[in-house]
Amino acid sequence: MFFNQSTIQRFNNLTVTLPFIIIAVVTLFAAAAAMSLRNLVHCALSLVVALAGLAALYLALDAQFVGFAQILVYVGAVAILIVFAVLLTRSDATPNQTILAPGWFTGIVVSAAVFATLGWAALNSTGLPREMPPAPAATVKDIGDLLMTQYVLPLEVIGLLLTAALIGAVIIAMKEEIPESRSSRRESAPSEKLERTDVRCYETEKGGAP
Amino acid sequence: MMLESAVHPAVGTMFDTLDQIFVTLKHEAVGWFPDAWRPFVSALISISFIPLVFTTLFGFVTVIERKGLGRIQNRYGPNRVGIPLTKIRLCGFGQFISDGLKSLTKEDIVPHTADKAVHFLAPVVLLIPVLLAYAVLPIGRNMTAVDFDAGLLFFFAVGGAVELSVFMAGWSSHNKYSLLGAMRAIAQMISYEVPLILSAVTVIMIVGSLRLADIVTAQNHYTYGVAHWFVFTPWGLAGFILFFIASLAESNRSPFDLPEAESEIIAGYFTEYSGFKFALFFLGEYLGMFAISGLGITLFLGGWTAPFSFLAWVPSYLWFFAKLMALVFVFIWIRGTLPRLRMDQLMNFAWKFMLPLSLVNIVTAGVWHFMGHGPLRWVVCPAMIFGSYVILGRGLMQNQKLGKRIYRYAE
Amino acid sequence: MTPLQGCLLVSALLFAIGLAGAVTRRNAILALVGIELMLNAANLNFIAFWRYGPNPEALSGMMVVIFSIAIAAAEAAAGLALIIAIYRHYRTVNLDEINKLKG
Repeated sequence: MFFNQSTIQRFNNLTVTLPFIIIAVVTLFAAAAAMSLRNLVHCALSLVVALAGLAALYLALDAQFVGFAQILVYVGAVAILIVFAVLLTRSDATPNQTILAPGWFTGIVVSAAVFATLGWAALNSTGLPREMPPAPAATVKDIGDLLMTQYVLPLEVIGLLLTAALIGAVIIAMKEEIPESRSSRRESAPSEKLERTDVRCYETEKGGAP
Repeated sequence: MMLESAVHPAVGTMFDTLDQIFVTLKHEAVGWFPDAWRPFVSALISISFIPLVFTTLFGFVTVIERKGLGRIQNRYGPNRVGIPLTKIRLCGFGQFISDGLKSLTKEDIVPHTADKAVHFLAPVVLLIPVLLAYAVLPIGRNMTAVDFDAGLLFFFAVGGAVELSVFMAGWSSHNKYSLLGAMRAIAQMISYEVPLILSAVTVIMIVGSLRLADIVTAQNHYTYGVAHWFVFTPWGLAGFILFFIASLAESNRSPFDLPEAESEIIAGYFTEYSGFKFALFFLGEYLGMFAISGLGITLFLGGWTAPFSFLAWVPSYLWFFAKLMALVFVFIWIRGTLPRLRMDQLMNFAWKFMLPLSLVNIVTAGVWHFMGHGPLRWVVCPAMIFGSYVILGRGLMQNQKLGKRIYRYAE
Repeated sequence: MTPLQGCLLVSALLFAIGLAGAVTRRNAILALVGIELMLNAANLNFIAFWRYGPNPEALSGMMVVIFSIAIAAAEAAAGLALIIAIYRHYRTVNLDEINKLKG
């Protein structure tokens, strides 16, 4: 970030830095809170903190575009989507029964096992690079060039996918009006006739008192 | 340096120094500190300038707005409070001091069933992204606080984080009207973000860079004494108007202030806020307005460049603030003049009118760029934009029958 | 512990937390939140290996993550729309009670 080269060489070579530890701890706590709080809206807000922490980690790893895209897409859109879904499914009240599914203990054991495997692989592999190469010039222009030349097919496919997801989500979540409206029209017709006969109206072309 | 002026060289260098005076002062101040501390001190000085200047500007603009609205409504605005504890009136410009003191000393009422933590954090979550957004605005020549390579993307990213605070405020108050106002506000902000970003995309296309300093530099040359601002091109004018309307909606200003209008929903998502938290929301809203005006200035109105080459000797930051005050004046003018839009009218306008028009604008900008210089592109591009505007306008008016007015009276 | 190992551990822990949440919670929306956390953990892994790998100029890690973010957003939208439609039908989002295919 705004550290000059000598500071980086003094700190970043072989140990994790303090800013990294702070951001990582905040992210992990927020993620754990997102999965374990009772109130769903609090879970969604902790998820926002976790995603913002991840964006900070991406910025620390010199991935500027991805960090900003993470904030724009995840914090600005996906989090709001989750919050809307929580409100539309009336799950925003704090539940009074248990929040855990049956078989929760097996789930925790399995995830602990997954973490143990991945952690052991991360800590004990010998082929991992140790030093940080010099920061790549990942300008937006380079990303754009790559997107238009080497990755143009995934770009077009993503466009199609996003269109399909947009149309699909709108259609799935839309209210089905046709079966309900017929019965409601039959119910309201007699009462409307009663109301209309009570009021005699004047209709004039110009304004002014009748 | 880089100033092009027809002024005498000695006077020219004096204005150069005046132009870069804040940059040189900052370099001097950073030079007093030891070598290891310099990056921190430099960053600290750059960013501490932002809250100081823009909060003071916020104070003045609240008074100017109330006086402006008052004059539009044929009355005086505040004109009593000048310097406190004296009889000096200063035409009422001390009003923001008394407003600030009032909001600091008011009782902070939190509803009994409100979610205390979220209720407390909502104004904070509003202010932090808004203040972050100022970091990438080029306020003068070489005067960007943090010059990101993807600066424009950063601005839009933190602008999207504001919606979260609106939701937090509305939901945590445990009040139906707050929640309804918050949902409406979020729907409005999300809908208008799309034309906002698409109208900025035209500028990115033409300049070829997301760095805001590059965008201003691309507008910094003059032909026949007139600057090459993007607003003087057809796609730039359409883009600027779209951007301006979308920024009105993003800042929840009239005519898009349905979520927070007093006659509609009793202040909407900040109904349950009193005292200093309300002042923070107010501050956040106005700072957001300044930030997005600043971005509009950078993208379309040439940032810190002068409109005519013979005026280029005026320091760059003065031009930026002059343009900012002009845009704020237009915001206030529109607020005092236009009636409010209904929610469905608002959403129709965003999705059915502004979005297709901003897509057409992108195509027009591309056509402009590839047609090369010459009078032909000045005919084709305005025709494209105007044609689609007329088609969209007529197309959307089909559903409404605008015949003679019929009056019905009950007996 | 090198910085790369630190990043990998964080990503592994994030993945495990997401997995635990997706499997343990009763609410369907939280299962989706867990899936989003897992996707983000994988993205962090990609970026860490891209940065510390032999050829960061090729920007391949960044590309994968950009597409992954887009796909995750599309999947969250479609998944949440499904949950809303299911709620309209079953009046609950409790995963234990949504166990019949009969409409």
